[in-house]
Amino acid sequence: MTMSSPATTAPASPILGPSVTPRTIDAFLRAVPSVDEVGVAERAGALSTRSVKRESKRAALDLAIRMCDLTTLEGRDTPGKVIQLASKAIRPDPIDPDIPPVAALCVYPNMVPHAVEALAGSGSGVAVASVATYFPSGQAPLDIKAGEVAWAVAAGADEIDMVINRGAFLSGDYLRVHDEIVAVKEACDQAHLKVILETGELSTYDNVRRASMLAMAAGADFIKTSTGKVSPAATLPVTLVMLEAIRDFHAATGTAVGMKPAGGISTAKVAIRYLVLLAETLGSHWLTPDRFRFGASSLLNDLLMQIRWLRDGHYQSPDYFTKD
Amino acid sequence: MSPSESPSESPSQPARRAEIVPTGLDYVASMESTDVVSIDPSYDLWIEGQPAEPTTNRYFPTINPATEETLSRVAEGGSKDIERAFRAARKAYEGPWGKMPGAERAKYLYRIARMLQERSREFAVLETLDGGKPIRESRDIDLPLAAAHFFYHAGWADKLEYAFPGLDTAPVGVVGQVIPWNFPMLMIAWKVAPALATGNTVVLKPAETTPLSALAFARLTAEAGLPPGVLNIVTGDGATGAGVVGHPDVDKVAFTGSTGVGKQIQRRLAGTGKRLTLELGGKAPHIIFDDAPLDQAIEGIINGIFFNQGHVCCAGSRLLVQESIFGDLMDKLRLRLTHLRVGDPLDKNTDVGAINSRAQLERITDLVDIGVAEGAEMYQPPCVLPDRGFWFAPTLFTGVSQSHRIAQEEIFGPVLSIMTFRTPAEAVEKANNTPYGLSAGVWTTKGARILWMADRLAAGVIWANTYNKFDPASPFGGYQESGFGREGGRHGLLAYLRGGS
Repeated sequence: MTMSSPATTAPASPILGPSVTPRTIDAFLRAVPSVDEVGVAERAGALSTRSVKRESKRAALDLAIRMCDLTTLEGRDTPGKVIQLASKAIRPDPIDPDIPPVAALCVYPNMVPHAVEALAGSGSGVAVASVATYFPSGQAPLDIKAGEVAWAVAAGADEIDMVINRGAFLSGDYLRVHDEIVAVKEACDQAHLKVILETGELSTYDNVRRASMLAMAAGADFIKTSTGKVSPAATLPVTLVMLEAIRDFHAATGTAVGMKPAGGISTAKVAIRYLVLLAETLGSHWLTPDRFRFGASSLLNDLLMQIRWLRDGHYQSPDYFTKD
Repeated sequence: MSPSESPSESPSQPARRAEIVPTGLDYVASMESTDVVSIDPSYDLWIEGQPAEPTTNRYFPTINPATEETLSRVAEGGSKDIERAFRAARKAYEGPWGKMPGAERAKYLYRIARMLQERSREFAVLETLDGGKPIRESRDIDLPLAAAHFFYHAGWADKLEYAFPGLDTAPVGVVGQVIPWNFPMLMIAWKVAPALATGNTVVLKPAETTPLSALAFARLTAEAGLPPGVLNIVTGDGATGAGVVGHPDVDKVAFTGSTGVGKQIQRRLAGTGKRLTLELGGKAPHIIFDDAPLDQAIEGIINGIFFNQGHVCCAGSRLLVQESIFGDLMDKLRLRLTHLRVGDPLDKNTDVGAINSRAQLERITDLVDIGVAEGAEMYQPPCVLPDRGFWFAPTLFTGVSQSHRIAQEEIFGPVLSIMTFRTPAEAVEKANNTPYGLSAGVWTTKGARILWMADRLAAGVIWANTYNKFDPASPFGGYQESGFGREGGRHGLLAYLRGGS
């Protein structure tokens, strides 16, 4: 593992200070405002009626492509599959050079070397993201999880998507959840850390909001809804709750944390609703791939199809879009 | 590409009031088409199932408040016209309608409800053109609720004796109704649906600035086959309204509007034995406790005061915030205001539309000037208002005292007066320190406190952790100078039944 020495480590939690105890964590989480479920659903529903047309739609579709973490996370993933997906990531629509590359290619650690190789020299700026920490369950000892992260980073991953310890969170051991994130952040070294809350398992919005604050306090660069392996995955209301937590954290610390909804976002129409939610909650500073990502696999082709429709005035058959 | 290395970061001293740039996703205008609506160059009165020329021979313009363009000219009903309308209503009451079994009446109401649903886009556009409210609201709230009121009351028509065992459930007779300009179509539904469900006939006077949806609705009832004379519409100004409520043959008067006019009507009807319900003004307290779900409370506050440009009798226009969270709440509220989209009501992305009339704009402007002169601190988000039409930017006042006029008087516009309190008892005291008593809102996660507050707040409607929620099954109405009588729910039927009150 490539860890910096403990003595020079900056306090990982900007608002919790250097020595974090169960008591400080509890006090910190108790101050997090509660969430009214009905109100959240209502606000997300109201923003879903925004009408994004013509130039605005084109700009939103383009942005959504640049925000995609094109993902394959299957037991049957092979180097061949990853190489093909990498070429899709670099040039999503081979016959339209105006289409930008996606943000990142997201794979399992074993596939990282292949992804790095396939993207090398493309000049596309597509990053390699690796899930780690015994994704998706996270049910492994911490040093093994941190070791996996370090291995992926050493193999060339630019970004790490970790899962939080939901068991510890639900049992009230918030300090453990916090410390695991801090340890993984250290193992990340220069790599960029996305912290998956697995909101479908946290179950309540109050939990989601607290877990969001906890992850950000522990040093998350991004917070992410889901692994995609648990239902429900990303929803508009749960994303809104996390965006509001990001807003509070930014107001309190000045640190801007990114957001990544993942799982179940498969159409351009829904993706645009997420961008509306983002713009009207956090504003234009967040409308960038540096601060917002979509974790998706089938979304990309629908975005391409919609762009083709805006350009040509009619829909193309899915046969005209490559699967990977 | 580390997001934490943003320029706004200030590691030495955390920026507590970190700036967030509001917009960013620029929506190009997405206009609702007006093709679905055809507006005649002029409209007559509607008496006995057909258009009737006014004996006054006078027509007044109705304009689009967002553009100041004249949409149509509408008949001014005089005393002879009112007389004709009441004769038609009496004839229908003593004729087919009064004798019709409830189950048969229900069929008409169901049919009207379905037709309103089918033509909801047309009516929504008409409401927005004539009244200035955002199409998002007329489409998603006004019209669905109006249809829901007809569906709901249709269900009661043949069940009145079960709803009120032992009570005389015969109709009262001919009802005179005067409705305001803030929810023209919805107020028609609130008034007409219970009146017809219970077997009464109606003479209705729509507001002077928003008569078009009532006239379109009259034509819809004719298409639905409603017997002539059951619903009569007499358009005009305040004098016409006075003629309707003061007509000797009126059995019951229902009025929604200002407290001043409500008092005049009550004086006029005193001692006549005629029935009266009044739904008047309000200055609703919207109370935010320190344990409230803050971000949802912000949405509630926004909805409470900026819904329909604040032209809402139950608008949450007095915000009472627990002092300990005042700073945080104001930061969030000011930021949220910058996301409000003020502009063309026909744009589907507009949140706040046009002020209904020049007169109302002047009243709002006057009261806001008074607020500034009284020493309250005003905040308006940066927003560009259109050149033509009547507009007022969303406005917050802090540093408001109970003794300020902006804390006491109904502004009926997008203007929120914000005060603080320290304890639940003080919140109740401030909330109730008003001549009004229509509605109130309470935000807290503590269930026991919600009940404690609800016991003590003198308001007809109390919303907990939400605001401006309406349902035909829920009775609506006020205390004190907000009027009396209830509309909606089982309670709302009583006003239209002989054995009721």
